[in-house]
Amino acid sequence: MKETVLMKGNEAIAEAAILAGCRHYFGYPITPQTEVAAYMAKKMPKIGGTFLQAESEIAAINMVYGAASTGKPAMTSSSSPGIALKCEGISYLAGADLPALIVNVQRGGPGLGGIQPSQADYFLVTRGPGHGDFHVLVFAPASVQEMADLTGRALHLAWKYRMPAMLLADGTMGQMMEPVQLPEPHNAFGTDNPWATTGTELKRPHNIINSLELSPEKLEQNNFSRYERYRQVEENETLWEEYLMDDARICIVACGITARISRNAIAEARKEGIKVGMIRPITLWPFPKAPLARAAEQVDSLLCVEMNMGQMKEDVVLAIRCQKPVDLCARVGGMIPTPDEVLAHIRTLAKGGNA
Amino acid sequence: MKYKRMTLFAGHYGSGKTNIALNYALWLRRQGLAVTVADLDIVNPYFRTKDGADILARQGIGLIASPFANSNVDLPALPGEVYALVEDRSIHGVIDVGGDDRGALALGRYVPALREENDYDMLFVVNKARPLTRRVDDALEVFREIESACALPFTGIVNNTNLGPATTAELVIDSVAYAEEIGERTGLPVKMTCAMESLIPQLQNKVSDLFPISVMQLYYMEKEGTSIGKINL
Repeated sequence: MKETVLMKGNEAIAEAAILAGCRHYFGYPITPQTEVAAYMAKKMPKIGGTFLQAESEIAAINMVYGAASTGKPAMTSSSSPGIALKCEGISYLAGADLPALIVNVQRGGPGLGGIQPSQADYFLVTRGPGHGDFHVLVFAPASVQEMADLTGRALHLAWKYRMPAMLLADGTMGQMMEPVQLPEPHNAFGTDNPWATTGTELKRPHNIINSLELSPEKLEQNNFSRYERYRQVEENETLWEEYLMDDARICIVACGITARISRNAIAEARKEGIKVGMIRPITLWPFPKAPLARAAEQVDSLLCVEMNMGQMKEDVVLAIRCQKPVDLCARVGGMIPTPDEVLAHIRTLAKGGNA
Repeated sequence: MKYKRMTLFAGHYGSGKTNIALNYALWLRRQGLAVTVADLDIVNPYFRTKDGADILARQGIGLIASPFANSNVDLPALPGEVYALVEDRSIHGVIDVGGDDRGALALGRYVPALREENDYDMLFVVNKARPLTRRVDDALEVFREIESACALPFTGIVNNTNLGPATTAELVIDSVAYAEEIGERTGLPVKMTCAMESLIPQLQNKVSDLFPISVMQLYYMEKEGTSIGKINL
């Protein structure tokens, strides 16, 4: 480990990607993620990498497609409206089985919405951000340290499974500053990419990177084998954190910034003798269904704390197969729930009511 | 510590300008002066001078900030009142300049008036724990970029080396040589070294020109006693 530095979440993403070996960044500015691009613009030229401000988000994602086709680690970053624009390109990446890192520092929506933080892209990114049958790996960091750590992991797994990965933060996580220990420079990618278009040197058949398949039988097979890979990802790569769950009668489910707020509320509720814990999904796809199903057998109720209108709550209800009531504490449009608001929900649930 | 009528804090983004500006304004106020803070940051979407509005109001310190700060309007506009601060010589002003050369660009329009009056401190804030300015050479590059963006030469260095709540006395002591080298190579004095109030007893006889600061930024910590929306003074 190197020494500790003080960084914004957005900077930590950029530096962690560079340390993992990523040398190709294509982006387009949008608040609140612009520091990722600004950092890359400063640093990439000094280390022989590529920083390119594209003419649009769509151009940037297609440049990622081009770079990834040659087996080079490539990434882009944006915020909610920009991610919506990139969805076509993400679908093409998935259809061509290309690895890439896409960073989404969410802001309020829908539409142009606002520039304040949000978690309202949950549906968009966990269901497959684009047309067709596919998934992307989705990581939800809850500290600047995790912004760095999960960036490296996302790049590594994208290459391991040849699929796009997304780092899903919100504006607060992107803008806040915390001490962070960065890893030593390492290679998060395999050096051997037999599928990449690197020149045949007349020694092998052409590699073709394409999402078009003329035979429906073959296209079906491609989808089947892709979903076999997704099954392996679900089996091996699901991440979550359990916090004070041993004796919990109420289980909070929250990710990212709302998980941090919930920890403050849990500390207060515990002082009042309320047995409340938390399961924090760290990967949103794959979603930690099994630990939630286990928790549902133990607790009386669950409470989702989200900066959206309850999008993750649907996954929680599915994961626990409606065994227990699931309540929602939500703020939207750039507003952030306070620990007191979460505490009020916890108290109501502890009394056996619906919050 | 000597002070001028106008004090401007500029530097690499994330070096701590906003927090120092707020603390410095409170310090000036304690000297019995009429003080107004102006937020010139046109870069940062969150964590603005406006977050300290209540504290400033309680102490009778004026605040000039964009009406759009902390809202959904992503507009790099500055309020007209900033001219009043620059031109009304009965008030002591503290200006929180935006980060890097991009942030300092907005200062340019006030520079002719500041130069004409010639009663200002233009301070370069450095934090050795910030990854893009860890080396003196990199800090000096930012220094030159800011000067050429706003056309106002710096007059001093402010050492604000910190790791937020993880800051230790050793880190601050270790940073003094770094700040002094920046001072030597620019020919400017290190006006002060900032440190959290809790660290001052450990630094008292080891670091000169200490400036104690309270952390006033909002942040989202899990520790007890800190929570969202709460400003720790």
